[in-house]
Amino acid sequence: MLRDVDLSGYQKITGKNVPRESMVASGHRACQGCVEVLAMGMVTRAVGKDCIVCNATGCMEIITSSFPQTAWKTPWIHVAFENAGAVASGIEAALTAMTRKGKRKGPLPTVLAFAGDGATADIGLQALSGALERGHKFIYVCLDNEAYMNTGVQRSSSTPFGATTTTSPAGKKSIGQSTRKKNLPAICAAHDIPYVATCSPAYHLDLMNKVRKAMAVDGPAYLHIYSVCPTGWGCKPEIGISLAKLAVETNVFPLYEVIGGRYNITKKVAKPKPVLDYLKVQRRFRHLAESDVAGIQKQVDDSWAYLNALAAAFPAPKEKGGAKEEE
Amino acid sequence: MSDRAFVAWQKLALGCAILEPGSSAKLKTGDWKSLAPKLDEEKCIKCGKCFTYCPEFCYSEDKNGFFRADLSYCKGCGICANECPTEAISMGKEEK
Amino acid sequence: MGKRVGIEVSLAVAEAVKLCDVDVVSAYPITPQTHIVEELSHYVANGDLDAAFIPVESEHSAMSAAVGSSATGARTYTATSAQGLALMHEIMFIAPSMRLPIVMTIANRSLSGPISIWNDHSDIMAERDTGWIQIFCENGQESFDLTICAFRIAEDKRVLLPVGVNMDGFILTHMIEPIEFMDKAEVKAFLPDYKPQLTLNPKKPVSMGPVGVPEVYMEAKKQYEQALWDSKDVVKEVLAAWGKHTGRKYAMVECNGKKKAKTVFVTMGSLGETAMTAVDNLIAAKQDVGQVRLRLWRPFPKEEMKKALKDAAKVVVIDRALSPGGVCGPVATEIKSLFYGDKNAPKIYNIVAGLGGRDVSVKDFEEMYALAKGGKIKDDYVIWGVKSNA
Repeated sequence: MLRDVDLSGYQKITGKNVPRESMVASGHRACQGCVEVLAMGMVTRAVGKDCIVCNATGCMEIITSSFPQTAWKTPWIHVAFENAGAVASGIEAALTAMTRKGKRKGPLPTVLAFAGDGATADIGLQALSGALERGHKFIYVCLDNEAYMNTGVQRSSSTPFGATTTTSPAGKKSIGQSTRKKNLPAICAAHDIPYVATCSPAYHLDLMNKVRKAMAVDGPAYLHIYSVCPTGWGCKPEIGISLAKLAVETNVFPLYEVIGGRYNITKKVAKPKPVLDYLKVQRRFRHLAESDVAGIQKQVDDSWAYLNALAAAFPAPKEKGGAKEEE
Repeated sequence: MSDRAFVAWQKLALGCAILEPGSSAKLKTGDWKSLAPKLDEEKCIKCGKCFTYCPEFCYSEDKNGFFRADLSYCKGCGICANECPTEAISMGKEEK
Repeated sequence: MGKRVGIEVSLAVAEAVKLCDVDVVSAYPITPQTHIVEELSHYVANGDLDAAFIPVESEHSAMSAAVGSSATGARTYTATSAQGLALMHEIMFIAPSMRLPIVMTIANRSLSGPISIWNDHSDIMAERDTGWIQIFCENGQESFDLTICAFRIAEDKRVLLPVGVNMDGFILTHMIEPIEFMDKAEVKAFLPDYKPQLTLNPKKPVSMGPVGVPEVYMEAKKQYEQALWDSKDVVKEVLAAWGKHTGRKYAMVECNGKKKAKTVFVTMGSLGETAMTAVDNLIAAKQDVGQVRLRLWRPFPKEEMKKALKDAAKVVVIDRALSPGGVCGPVATEIKSLFYGDKNAPKIYNIVAGLGGRDVSVKDFEEMYALAKGGKIKDDYVIWGVKSNA
C-alpha cells in the first residue's frame, strides 16, 4: 500500500538549531543511566511545549509522576497500561471537535503518546491498531527496552531471541527467549499510515528529525525507539549510548523510515560489526554458546537483507531541499 | 515513603492532579550517585555531547560555552564521560 | 412544551444526547445498545450533530477515549451493555477518580455465561463500586429526561463525576413509546455550557493520573467518594429543576400504592411498572400493599429509602441480579444493612427475578405478595421461577 505523503511542513533540525529544552524535568526517578527517559526527553525537545502527552503505565509513567511531584512541563495524562492509543484518540477527537465548534482557538497541539514495548507490542496492540486505522493525527512513540522492566524484567513479545528474562530464563533446557522479536514497525506500516520510523537516541539528530517528520504528516505516525535499560539488560550504566550505537552498527537495530509505504534506510552501515560485539557487553546474553551467537548473527543478516530488499523495491523519494530549516 | 508528606483530602487538586509543571525539580536525585563527572576545561571542545546524552537533563551551557552538570540531579551514570570525544570528563568522587 | 411522539426509546435517547450538543461520542456496538449509537452516528454524518464520533475498536477503548476526550474539556458521551461494560471495567474506576463528567447509557443486559443478549442488571451490579453516579430509568420518557439531567448533574462543579444512565435492554431500548420531546432552545435553557475545571491545555499544563503513592491514595479515594455523596443534593436540585422546566417530576426514591402499607415492594428499573400494575390490582382486591421505586442507585439515598419504608412490616426487595454465594442480591443487601440494629426493622425478603430476560409478569408479583404476606419465604433470597424437578 503506497501513498504520497505531504512533508512540506517538515521543519528540519540541524546541528545549529537543536532545541534544547526537554519537557521532562530533572528530578525524575529513573534508574541511573536510563536511556529510555533520555529518548523520551529527546522526543519532547523536538516537539516543544505545544503538546499533550498521554502516557501508558510503565517505567516512564511512574518515574515522572510520583505524587506530589511531576516531571512534566507539558499537559500529561496517564490512564492505564493498554490504552495509550485510545486515550490519545479521545484527546485528538476532542481537540478537533472543540476547535470546529469554536470552543478552543489556535492550532492543534501535538498529541503524543508514550508507551513501552509491553504496552505497545502486547497489551496495547489492539488500542494502537484501532487508533492507527482510524487515522487520528497523533504520534505514538514506543520506547522499546525489550521487556517489562517496570515489573522486574519479564519477557515481552519485543524481547530479542536468546535474551534471558525473569519469565524467559535461560536454563539447561532453555536458551532464554525462544521467539524472535515482534516486528512492530512493520505491523504499524501495514496500517497504511503516513509515517513510521525506527530511532536511536545515539543518533539524536536523526531521532529528532523523525519526530519533526511525524509532526508534519497529516495522520498517525509511529516511532519505535531503541531504549537501553542498564538495569534490565545487565550492562554498565555508562555504556547506554555506545551500546545503542553498537545496535545500529551491527544491524541489530537498523534505522529506517517508512513514508507512505516507501522505505528509506537512514543509517547505512558500510561494514557491519559482528553481533557478538553487541551481545557480549550485556548480561542478558551471557549464557549464549558460540553456535547460538552464530544463529543470532544469521537472524540479523536475514532481517537486514529483507529490509534492504524492501527499500530497493519501494524506495522513498529523496528528501527535497525545500524543507524549511529553523534558525 | 520518607520524602513525601501526607496531604489532607480537601487539599488535593481535583482528581489528584498535579498542578505545578516540572515540580520534580524539587527532588534532588544527586544524592543517588557515588561518582560525579569532572570537566577538564583544557580538553573540552564544547561539543555538547554531554548535554545531548544526559538522561537527567542536568547539563546546561554556561556563559563561557562550557556545558556543566548540575550535580544536585546528576545520578553519576557516567554516560557523559563515556561519550566525551576528548576525554575531558572524568568520573570521580564528588568534591563538596 | 414539546410534542409527544411515538418513537423507539433508543432513538429518543440519541435525540436527548443530540439536544445536549455533545462534542465527542466514542462507542463500540453491542446489542441492545446499538440503535442509540447508530442514530448518533447518523446525526453526525448528516450534520445534525456537530461532534466527533470515534468508532473505537472495543469498549475498553470507548471508555479510554472518553476519558481522554473529557480530560481535554469536551462534553463526552458513550453507551454500552453487558460484556462491553465488563470490558470497560478497568477504566470505569479511573473516570471518577479523575473527576470526569462523562455520561454513559447502559442498556442493561445480562453478563455471560451462558451468553445472553437479554435483560437483567448483572452488568451494572459488577460496576457498583466504581464511583459512578448510577441512575435507573423506568420507562422511555424517563430515559429521555434523565439523559439530559445526567449531563447537568455530571458537569455541576460540585460533582464532576461520570453518570451512568441505566435502561433495561430491549424492554426499554427497543420499545416504542410516546415520548414528549423538547427543542434545542429548551434544553439549552436547562443545561448550561460545560465549564471544565482542569483540562489538558498546553497553556496551563497539569499532570492527570499521577502515581497514587500510599501517602495519598486514600485521600484521593476520599475526595471522589465525598463528591459522590455530595452529588445527592445536586441530583435532588436537578430533578426539581427538571420538574419546573418540563412539569415531569422525579425523585430519587418514589412511592406508590397504599400509604403506610404493611407489605412493600422495592424495585429498580422497568420492573417498577409491572409491579405498579400488580400493586394496583392488589389494592383493588383490598390488600395492604405499597411500592417503593429506587431511581438513584449510587449514591444510595439512605435517608429517603429508610423514610419510604419506615411504616412497612414486610419488605419484598426485587433484585434483577444474582450475587452467587452472597447473603442476598445487591439491592436487598443495601436495604438490610440500612435497617441493621433498628428495633422497628421490617422483615426483609429478597427475590431475585428476571435474569437473562426471563419475563416477570404482574401475576408473578401477585404471587410474590401472597408468599410474603403468608410469611412463606424462608431463605435469605429466592431465585424466582427457576424450573426444578423437586
